Amino acid sequence: MIWIIIIGMALVTFIPRVLPAFIMDSIKFPEWLEKWLKAIPYAALGALIFPGIMNTIPDKPWIGLVAGVIAITLAWLRVHILLVVLSAIGVVYSLQHFF
Amino acid sequence: MNLDNKQLKKMQIRDGFLAGLPIVIGYIPIAIAYGVLAKQAGLSLVELTGMSLLVYAGAGQFMGAGMIGMGISAMEIIIATFVLNFRHFILSLSLTHQISKFSKRAKLLLTTLLTDETFSVSSIHYEKADKPYSNYFYGTIMITSYLSWVSGSFLGGILGDIIPAGLSQSMGVALYAMFIGLLIPSIKKHKKIIWISLTAMVINFLVEPYIGQGWGIVVGTIIGATVGVFVLEEDKE
Repeated sequence: MIWIIIIGMALVTFIPRVLPAFIMDSIKFPEWLEKWLKAIPYAALGALIFPGIMNTIPDKPWIGLVAGVIAITLAWLRVHILLVVLSAIGVVYSLQHFF
Repeated sequence: MNLDNKQLKKMQIRDGFLAGLPIVIGYIPIAIAYGVLAKQAGLSLVELTGMSLLVYAGAGQFMGAGMIGMGISAMEIIIATFVLNFRHFILSLSLTHQISKFSKRAKLLLTTLLTDETFSVSSIHYEKADKPYSNYFYGTIMITSYLSWVSGSFLGGILGDIIPAGLSQSMGVALYAMFIGLLIPSIKKHKKIIWISLTAMVINFLVEPYIGQGWGIVVGTIIGATVGVFVLEEDKE
């Protein structure tokens, strides 16, 4: 039974993922659609960051927010993305330890 | 193949590995946590690793394994997975457009391994798409991420909690920090992008309590990108 569930989950995940490779031809799209497609990554990043980041420590949503603000600041100062990631982990770890 | 081409391919693979490294750092602790949870939910090592191999979707697998543990029916689990993972369709539309010059085979491989994270990293590096052998660049991001997810799940299933609880929970912020680290440089470059991301955040925040996490991200992304139609200038890219 578990394998039926796993295969079902795999199919309903796989099909939406690859469908665009079949339906999108390299034809020229109208300009507004091109812009829409190019804007998707920035919209998706926004929706993926917030409010999800508040679930880092579910009972202390402020810890995720503080780590987020620090990550934004570091990224703004052109700190390398790996260091941004490691700093955020350090911030959450320390805040969790002290509060 | 002459030496120059070999060199170019090698460089694309190296660049892809470096670009994918934050994903690997983020995936391994989450995959281990998934392996531990799935084991507790009653999945065998083969089943939980198989789920990572075949489904390959973090949040969806946590949910699926949890629901299996609660004895929820197969149909309900599969429908819930579809809803939660449907956002990949929207992301894939954008990625497929970005790599429209690639072969069908490359598109299939890359979209099969599309996750929130591999999509985000790949699309922020959109300038690569026109460079020679960039399929190796995107392919390396996809494959290293996939391997780290699958092997992390296996490790979690076989070794249990090898990362101390406090640290493992803190590492949960890694992927959010990566998303921030990807987004901020784009906003610095094109200030108007912030309106796209902010709209998506606010919409997701407002609708998620009513329609759930899966549709929340889908609706937020669609509306945020629609703002992009009005604020993005033609010369962007």
